[in-house]
Amino acid sequence: MILSVDGIEFSYNGRPVLRDIKFSVNRGEILSILGNNGAGKTTLLRCINRILKPKRGTVFIDGDDLFSLSSREIARRVGYAAQRNEGGRITVFDAVLLGRKPHIGWEASEKDMKIVREILASLNLEDFSLRYLDELSGGELQRVIIARALAQEPGVLLLDEPTSSLDLKNRYEVMKIVKDAAKEREIAVVLVMHDLNLALRFADRFLFLKDGTIYDCGGLEVMTPKNISAVYGISVTVEKLGDIPVVVPL
Amino acid sequence: MEQGITENIYQGYLKYTGRKVLIIFLIFLLSVVLGIYALNAGSTDLSPAEVFSALLGKGDRRLNVIVWNIRLPRIAAAFIAGIGLSVAGCVMQNLLQNPLASPSTLGVSQGAAFGAAVAIIALGAGSLHSTGAAAVIINSPYIVSVTAFIGAILTTVIVLMLARIRGVTPQAMILAGVALGSLFSAATVVLQYFASDVQVASLVFWTFGDIGRASWGEIKIMTLVVGIFFLYLMANRWNYNAIDGGEETAKGLGVNVERIRMLVMFGASLITAVIVSFLGIISFIGLLGPHIMRRVLGGDHRFLIPASAVMGGFLLLASDTIARTIIAPVVLPVGAVTSFMGAPLFIYLLTRGNGGR
Repeated sequence: MILSVDGIEFSYNGRPVLRDIKFSVNRGEILSILGNNGAGKTTLLRCINRILKPKRGTVFIDGDDLFSLSSREIARRVGYAAQRNEGGRITVFDAVLLGRKPHIGWEASEKDMKIVREILASLNLEDFSLRYLDELSGGELQRVIIARALAQEPGVLLLDEPTSSLDLKNRYEVMKIVKDAAKEREIAVVLVMHDLNLALRFADRFLFLKDGTIYDCGGLEVMTPKNISAVYGISVTVEKLGDIPVVVPL
Repeated sequence: MEQGITENIYQGYLKYTGRKVLIIFLIFLLSVVLGIYALNAGSTDLSPAEVFSALLGKGDRRLNVIVWNIRLPRIAAAFIAGIGLSVAGCVMQNLLQNPLASPSTLGVSQGAAFGAAVAIIALGAGSLHSTGAAAVIINSPYIVSVTAFIGAILTTVIVLMLARIRGVTPQAMILAGVALGSLFSAATVVLQYFASDVQVASLVFWTFGDIGRASWGEIKIMTLVVGIFFLYLMANRWNYNAIDGGEETAKGLGVNVERIRMLVMFGASLITAVIVSFLGIISFIGLLGPHIMRRVLGGDHRFLIPASAVMGGFLLLASDTIARTIIAPVVLPVGAVTSFMGAPLFIYLLTRGNGGR
């Protein structure tokens, strides 16, 4: 087990947003946080890497209390891809190199450059390396954002709706990249996702968030019509198409 | 096979960054050439040989005075002030995530003008001479500089305090700056209303901006302040790149966005205050320098900060040289020249869109 979140509580302007959040994720495993808009999914991600400071609770990575570390040390262990990303006027190579920032002192080393090259190659971004971000398509940009988070060489990767603005093909490609990276690099991935079918295909475990608390958490067995209906407030059925489980709203 | 491909990427990347370094170096070289030209140009006709011998201290007294006390300080002051204004604009645009951010966005220039108005009108630091080339002179330039500096810093401190209350967001800072700027402008107008013709003329003259006001002592102070600020910015260059990727992303990379924003705003305002209080208000360099270089080199602050620096120095030196030579022996106010050159160039840059690398 690498990531363990214990009793996180967060309030915004006195209003509780998250209460008593407890879960853990193993190396190489993908956990998908599911829930309606405003359930506190993004807030939970930000509490894990301390962009937001929870009122109570702790986060452990490999047994170390994350909240006792500096923000630079946290960034070495937790990669984060935000929901909104600015595609500025920097090249793909520089954008991925930026992921090395938590490791860089005054100037990027040969090792930093080597890691960037390897990640660009493994995500098939070589041909784009000298293109500016604002010239990329949505799918290409999203791959660069994930490449940057991987360049942090984190043990834990947090992804906030990594596929929400992508077309069908890019959704599956990006999720494939995430899945492969989790397995090969032994990263624990926590992601927020709205597409239940995509989550079913790629996530190993699921966490239902409702009104700031965990409604249910577990493997495929928690993806029941009852749970989904209760959390999303819409009746669904879960069927198998061949071997693939799918959620269909009724 | 794969090794070869990644090697190619890296070679391409090194070539790309090498090109940026080359461009920065070329602009610096161009500035040096311009500096040599400016040393030879002016209302007194001097041959290059005379200038050269004066530089070595081998000319006659009059020659030495012209080169060492008039022309050289002017060139140095223009270059240093240009660097300062340009890098200040560069990082302010980054941290406020607003392309129009420059020292005047935070009301710094208006605060300085108000400070100068207090000195000239209320403290009687300005007067008029009916003879001589420049009709208006400032009696006590140091009092004006000090009050202008106080006005500029006061604005900054109030803006940062207001921003602190509402959370240090770019919007809060810009709103506070705009509000304070117009408040100081209004206060200046009220002061002018109760002032004599002479005092109003002195104030207008002061606000024009004039590189010739700086002597070696002031240049040393400017160089020190700009130099320290530049090194601080270079040490933080990765942070600015992270912030360009969005505030969330920067925080995810371990950057303390709020703290950096406060420190840089204070630093940028401080160097602007120093420059403006010595030289008067010089507009557009803080917008032009960084925007030109962003078009040419892209938004990577590892290169953009030094590039904005040399470009700003070059632009202000060029403006001042034009101001001195275009209708010599009359010396135009350099602030007017930067605006005259700056506005059309700026509009051109905007209409050209994002094309070109």
